[in-house]
Amino acid sequence: MHACMTLDRLLPGCFALVEEVQAQGITRRRLLDLGLVPGTIIQAIHRSPLGDPTAYQIRGAIIALRQEDTLQIRIIPFEGT
Amino acid sequence: MPIINAVRVLSDKNFKSDCTKKPAVIALAGNPNTGKSTIFNALTGMRQHTGNWPGKTVLRTQGQYIYNGQKYVLVDLPGTYSLLPHSAEEEVARDFLCFSYPDVTVVVVDATCLERNLNLVLQIGEVTRQLILCLNLMDEARRKNLIIDSDLLSRRLGIPVVETAARNGEGLNQLRQTICDVVNHRITPVPTPITYPPDLEQAIAILEPQVRQIMGERLNPRWVALRLIAGDQSFIRSFFSSLPDAGEGVKL
Repeated sequence: MHACMTLDRLLPGCFALVEEVQAQGITRRRLLDLGLVPGTIIQAIHRSPLGDPTAYQIRGAIIALRQEDTLQIRIIPFEGT
Repeated sequence: MPIINAVRVLSDKNFKSDCTKKPAVIALAGNPNTGKSTIFNALTGMRQHTGNWPGKTVLRTQGQYIYNGQKYVLVDLPGTYSLLPHSAEEEVARDFLCFSYPDVTVVVVDATCLERNLNLVLQIGEVTRQLILCLNLMDEARRKNLIIDSDLLSRRLGIPVVETAARNGEGLNQLRQTICDVVNHRITPVPTPITYPPDLEQAIAILEPQVRQIMGERLNPRWVALRLIAGDQSFIRSFFSSLPDAGEGVKL
């Protein structure tokens, strides 16, 4: 099993499994509402020219997230992606 | 300044009085990009602009239709992922669903992407009982070979489920009939309650009777108690300004 990392480090094109949302309060609730619950498969799609935000495929929708939020999401990247 | 306008419109509490008391008010809610505006146009015969970009429906749009001799006012709300708003548009949707007391709320979901959409259905089911689930984009779901057991979904959620493909007019009569049945109490939806961890349930049990005393059953007191416990400031502000005496003298 690969070591955990945070979502901001997932490269475009790669898949990962959401392990834990560490954010608190309304940010946490928002991320959960967007479908980022533990066990969700997520794919990084594009990174904007300045490196932030990044677009992710989450449960059938593409959603852009800021680094300040993705830093607080722990993921397990899939092997070979 | 569309957003400032939106905020002004949402604070307009005269909505009910400016459309006479007779017509039933039907709210159309749902995630962004599920076809709410397409359903709105199909039911009202209007040509409200449809399009796929964020914030297309910043203001709620309203139109009317007549079915079986009864008049309905349909309100197309901005797309929202959650009843805990994160933008002015989402706040418009939340405030209308919570404080304008529509006779029926139709949640429009993308049938090809239920897991993303059902979260909002559960949330709205905590606010109101008068709820219908509309599985839209059924044509796309079929193209993707998705089979949806609507009867089971309806039993699990405790609310009527109608399948539509609004672009081709499929299922719209069934939707009109179901709305009519719920408005006239021929169908009584009972949204499946959500149970929280014991400590939270204890806190709800303390608050809920007090909330009920202040505002009765218009808005589910259990849900109001949950919002108060969560310290949801945006909700609390809208909640107090929706009370008849603007919440004066209310102690919590």
